[in-house]
Amino acid sequence: MENLFFELKEGLIIAFRAIRANKARAVLTTLGIVIGVTSVVLMSTAIKGIDTSFQNGISSLGADVLYIDKWAWFSNVDWWKVRRRKNVTLSEYERFKEMAKLPAAVSPTIWSIETVKFKEQSLENIFVTGTTTDYVRTSNFTFSQGRFFSDVEGKASRYTAVLGSEIAKKLFPRENALEKEIKVGGLNYKVVGILEEQGSFMLGSFNPDNQVYVPIGTVFKHFVNDNARSLAINVRAVNTAAVAETKEEAEGIMRKIRGLKLSEESDFSINQQEGLTQNYNQTVGVIQIAGFFITGLSLFVGAIGIMNIMFVSVKERTKEIGIRKAIGAKRRTIMMQFLLESSVICLMGGLIGLIIAIILSMVVNQFLPTSVQTDAIILAITISLITGIVAGLAPAYTAAKMDPVEALRYE
Amino acid sequence: MNIINIEHISKVYKVGTEEVHALRDVTLRIDKNEYVAIMGPSGSGKSTLMNMLGCLDTPSSGIYQFNSINVSQMTDNDLAKIRNKEIGFVFQTFNLLPRSDALHNVELPLIYAGIPSSERKERAKKALEDVGLGDRIHHKPNELSGGQRQRVAVARALVTNPSIILADEPTGNLDSKTGEEIMGLFNEIYEAGNTIILVTHEEYIAEHAARIIRIKDGYVENDEYVTKRYIPKKNNDLNENPV
Ligand SMILES: Nc1ncnc2c1ncn2[C@@H]1O[C@H](COP(=O)(O)OP(=O)(O)OP(=O)(O)O)[C@@H](O)[C@H]1O
Ligand SMILES: [Mg+2]
Repeated sequence: MENLFFELKEGLIIAFRAIRANKARAVLTTLGIVIGVTSVVLMSTAIKGIDTSFQNGISSLGADVLYIDKWAWFSNVDWWKVRRRKNVTLSEYERFKEMAKLPAAVSPTIWSIETVKFKEQSLENIFVTGTTTDYVRTSNFTFSQGRFFSDVEGKASRYTAVLGSEIAKKLFPRENALEKEIKVGGLNYKVVGILEEQGSFMLGSFNPDNQVYVPIGTVFKHFVNDNARSLAINVRAVNTAAVAETKEEAEGIMRKIRGLKLSEESDFSINQQEGLTQNYNQTVGVIQIAGFFITGLSLFVGAIGIMNIMFVSVKERTKEIGIRKAIGAKRRTIMMQFLLESSVICLMGGLIGLIIAIILSMVVNQFLPTSVQTDAIILAITISLITGIVAGLAPAYTAAKMDPVEALRYE
Repeated sequence: MNIINIEHISKVYKVGTEEVHALRDVTLRIDKNEYVAIMGPSGSGKSTLMNMLGCLDTPSSGIYQFNSINVSQMTDNDLAKIRNKEIGFVFQTFNLLPRSDALHNVELPLIYAGIPSSERKERAKKALEDVGLGDRIHHKPNELSGGQRQRVAVARALVTNPSIILADEPTGNLDSKTGEEIMGLFNEIYEAGNTIILVTHEEYIAEHAARIIRIKDGYVENDEYVTKRYIPKKNNDLNENPV
């Protein structure tokens, strides 16, 4: 054991000497490994980042909430068929709410894109969601200040607004937003509440932190014509176990409201988080496979490159091998020397790749919260070590089994 | 006691369908503290014999006992161990590692012997001082003259305190004056109690030895002790107390 340690140490020193003598070549050789390791580290880091923000975001959708909509979030129904569906209307919502017995809460939402202003601060293209006071129960919002607009305010279409955390920050960089008058699409609204950060969602538009919530009546009065756009009916089940049952009931009620015959298919969609997760996993799966294919390919090319260089190196150093054998190097020692050399080269490539990946992930971090984790570092080191050993095996064996007399004769 | 005892050794190389008999039925005994020169024309089998004696190669048939151990059937690993511990090689072309300095070159056999770094450095330094290169230990081979390179090689051969020193035409790449210096070094090594086997073409080099073995076409043609061997003058540039 101690013997092995000694040989490892001496072998490493010899390997470093050899690499130092041929720096430029070593660096060029590692290119494939550098690319491979960079891509594997970035991939796993980025996927983890996407995952985290997806999980954060999706939790704001709620596992126990159904979204009845004209549109499907992702669909196996043809797009043109979906397009021809009727919009979900406010009166349908009202009938639905009356008839549904199972849900814990039901609320409608309609969106519009407006400019939101306070004094000279102006934010364009903001999602304004019109809803009822029940939305606070279907969405599970938490507040950093104030409250959601009340039932009375909602029903009476008072000009009250609830701000997502990001909007509040941007619109009121220095002041407290509560009780201030803001302009939404040119109309005055009074801020009654500010949400806590809900966690951003990767699908951009659906970002609860970057929205303004107002009574649905005011939206229909000023921003959206009555039947221009479909509502979504948000239905919260009493708990996750009741989701399936609630969904069944919702489907039945909607079909009844729409007056569909048994043979007709539903002309609305009931969306839920679960489907989104599935869809997400599929997409990420494809990205993962593609990414690991690219990684694998560049590592493979890298390994071939290293093997090639090691063969050249063994050939060039035939005489050296002969000398070392003549003065007592065993096969094992020579084998180890070359294996260590290719491993060290690969490891250097891996470290360079890792550094590049860390720098790149800092850049990516501007858009997506990512950071290189310990497991990615371990992965990078393991991969480059294994590549080094695998690529070095054949050349090292060639060196180890050389006949010393022949090797010494080599010019 | 015999340090080398070879009996009916032959070596056959197959080149295509042809067989080359490099050594034919060679029997030899060499004692401790002998100074032997092996002579013969080119292609007579001197280097082949030398490689055999140095455990770099194994015979096609016959028995080789080194220090009473039969090495003719040994594995590569065991041969490597014997080369490391018992044999010091000096080659015609020096065979130093070109990118390593003198100290590292001399240290190398000690690395393979598993000796720790500090002891290694000390012994290598001492060996270089003994061959008169105490002030050149950090020079690389290309920063040294031919004679100095061969001295580094001699230091490398001596550093493990081997049982025998094998030198295959050690002066072949040197001018006569430098060659004579190296022969002076060998003389001192011999007088210090070492066993030396030397291959050479040159009669005047062979006369430094106490015994000359002449071979021809793979046979031992003649094997006799020199009545009055040539003893070179002491080199002034060497240390007072060599090896
Ligand atoms: N690896 C080999 N394969 C085939 N034949 C070989 C091999 N090595 C040596 N021989 C042959 O064996 C014979 C002896 O060669 P060796 O090198 O021992 O001669 P030598 O006496 O050292 O000659 P020189 O003085 O030129 O160095 C030669 O005929 C040579 O061609
Ligand atoms: Mg020869």
